[in-house]
Amino acid sequence: MTDSRNPEALLVADKITRRFGGLLANQDVCLTLARGQLHALLGPNGAGKSTCINMLSGDLPPSSGRILFQGRDISGLTAAQRSLVGIGRSYQRTNIFPKFTVLENVRLAAQSRRQQPWRIFSNAMRQQWMLDKARAAIDEAGLGGRAERIAGVLSHGEQRQLEIAMVLATDAQVLLLDEPLAGMGSEESAKMVELLKRLRQTRAILLVEHDMDAVFAVADVITVMVNGQVLESGPPAQIRASIAVQEAYLGQEDSFHV
Amino acid sequence: MKLDTSLVLKLLALAGLACVPLAGADFYTELIAKTLVMAIFAMSLDLLVGFTGLVSFGHAAYFGIAAYAVALLSPKYEAASLWLVLPASVGLAALAALVVGLFVLRTKGIYFIMVTLAFAQMFFYVFHDTPLGGGSDGLYLNVKPTAEIAGFLPFDLDQPTHLYYFILAMLVLVYAFLARVLQSPFGRVLVGIKSNEHRMQSLGYVTFRYKLAAFALAGGLGGVAGFLYSVVFGFVTPELLSWHQSGNVLLMVILGGMGNLVGAVAGAFAFVAMQEVFSMWTKHWQLAMGLMIVAAVLFMPGGLSAVPGRIKRALQGGSAHD
Repeated sequence: MTDSRNPEALLVADKITRRFGGLLANQDVCLTLARGQLHALLGPNGAGKSTCINMLSGDLPPSSGRILFQGRDISGLTAAQRSLVGIGRSYQRTNIFPKFTVLENVRLAAQSRRQQPWRIFSNAMRQQWMLDKARAAIDEAGLGGRAERIAGVLSHGEQRQLEIAMVLATDAQVLLLDEPLAGMGSEESAKMVELLKRLRQTRAILLVEHDMDAVFAVADVITVMVNGQVLESGPPAQIRASIAVQEAYLGQEDSFHV
Repeated sequence: MKLDTSLVLKLLALAGLACVPLAGADFYTELIAKTLVMAIFAMSLDLLVGFTGLVSFGHAAYFGIAAYAVALLSPKYEAASLWLVLPASVGLAALAALVVGLFVLRTKGIYFIMVTLAFAQMFFYVFHDTPLGGGSDGLYLNVKPTAEIAGFLPFDLDQPTHLYYFILAMLVLVYAFLARVLQSPFGRVLVGIKSNEHRMQSLGYVTFRYKLAAFALAGGLGGVAGFLYSVVFGFVTPELLSWHQSGNVLLMVILGGMGNLVGAVAGAFAFVAMQEVFSMWTKHWQLAMGLMIVAAVLFMPGGLSAVPGRIKRALQGGSAHD
C-alpha cells in the first residue's frame, strides 16, 4: 500500500494489530511516515503508542497487518535487520552504553553500517570513517564538546541527545523517537525541538510525546490513539478542532488550550 | 614521554616468571607451569564472562576435549608432531564450542549458566562412561609431542625448562591475541553486548553471531590450556571436564576481576596459591578457601585487578569510597 498521493512515504503501517492474550493492544493501526514530515503519535497512557512504535521498530512482531518500508514488506524483519535498512529508534527509557564515552557510544552505532567482524586484528579506534561519522552525528545532535565524556554522567537531556546521535550515526531515514523530551527542563526541551525541526528536513520522523506544546509546535501530522485504535489523524489544526479528540483525551488537559 | 606504569609492571611480572626455572626448584617450577596453564584457561573464560557478559559454567568441557584430543591423537609409543596435534586439539575444542554455542546462546542469564553446565556434563559422561576415553581412569600420554620440523628441533618439550618457557610463551601469545581482538571492532561489539545487548540489536547487530564467534574463540583458547595441561601432566581424566573444574576457573576470573586479562592471570595465581597454602595447613582446606573467596568478593569488589587503582587513589589522598 504505497500511498499514491504521497510519493515520499518511507514507512507505512497497514492495519497492524497486536494482541497480548485477550487484550487488543493495537487494532488495525494505519500510519504513514513521509520524508520531510514529523508525525506525532498522541494518546493517553495505555493507548498503545509504545506497542505501535515497538512493532514499527521490530522489537515486537505484529499479530497481523503489514509494515512497508519504501514499498517493501518488512513485517518479518528483526529489529537488527530493520536498523540496517534504515529505520532507527530511540527509547523512552534512556538506552545507551553508560560506561562508554559518548564517542564510543556513537562510534558503535556508526560501525554497525559496515560490520567486518572477521577483521579481529584491526584497531577500532583507528578506523577513520567510523570516527568521522560518529563525530558528525555528535555535532548534529548538539553534543559537540562532550565526545570524551562518560555517557553515564551526562545530564538527562544530554543522554537523550546522545540517543539521537546514535540513531543519526546509523544513517537512519526513518527516526522512531519514543518520548525524547521526557524529563527534560524547558531549556533542554526547546533545544530538542529545534533539533527535531532540523532533522525532519531530510528524514521521516515518528514522535511519541506527551508534551502537547512541543507536539503542536513541530508536528506536521498528528495521530491520536485511544484504546489501541486510531481515533483521529491529520494536521494539527484538524486535531485541535476535533470534538472526538477533545472528548476522549485532550479535554482533560488544560495545557491544550494555549 | 610519560612512563606507562601498567606496561612496566606487566614486563616486570613477565621477567619474574621467566626467572622461575633458574631457581632450580623443580616442584615450584612445575607448580607455576600448572598455574600458567590455568591462567590461560582463565583468560579464555574471561573473554566470555568479563567481556561479552556470558557466564559459562561449562568451560571445562573445551579444556578437557583438547586435553583428551592430544592423548587420543598421539600414537601410543611415539611422539606426535606438536605442529599437528596442537592445532588439531585446539580446533576440536573450538568446533565443540561452536556446536554447543548454537544451542546454549539461545538462552540467557541463569538458563545460560544451567545449559552450559548441562552440555559440559554430557561431555564429561562421554569420556567417563565410554571406552573412547578410557573410562574414569582416563588416558596416558606416554610420549610428549615433538616440535621437530624437517629434522630440526627448535625446542624439546621433554625438558621441563623448555616446556616451562613454551607455556610462558603461549600465555604471552594468548594475552596479546586477546588484547588485540578486544580493541578491534569485533571486540568492541562484544563489550557492547555485555553492556546493553538490546541496544546493540536495535543498532543493527545480529548479536547471536558475535556471541557465537566469541564462544567458539573462547572454547579454542580454553583448548590451548587443555592441550598444555595434557602435555605437562602426561595423563588426562574425566575430572578435567567436571563442573568442579568449570567452577574453579570461574572463581579465578571472579577473584581476578572480570573483564581484565591481567586480572584473570592474577586470579589463577591467587587461586592456586590459596589451594596450596590451605591444603598444607588443614585437612579442611576447601572450607578455608570458600571463606576466603566469600571474603574476597565482599571486600574486594572488582577483584584483584581493581586493587592497583584503589591503592593509587588512596596514595593520592583522595577517598577510596566506591
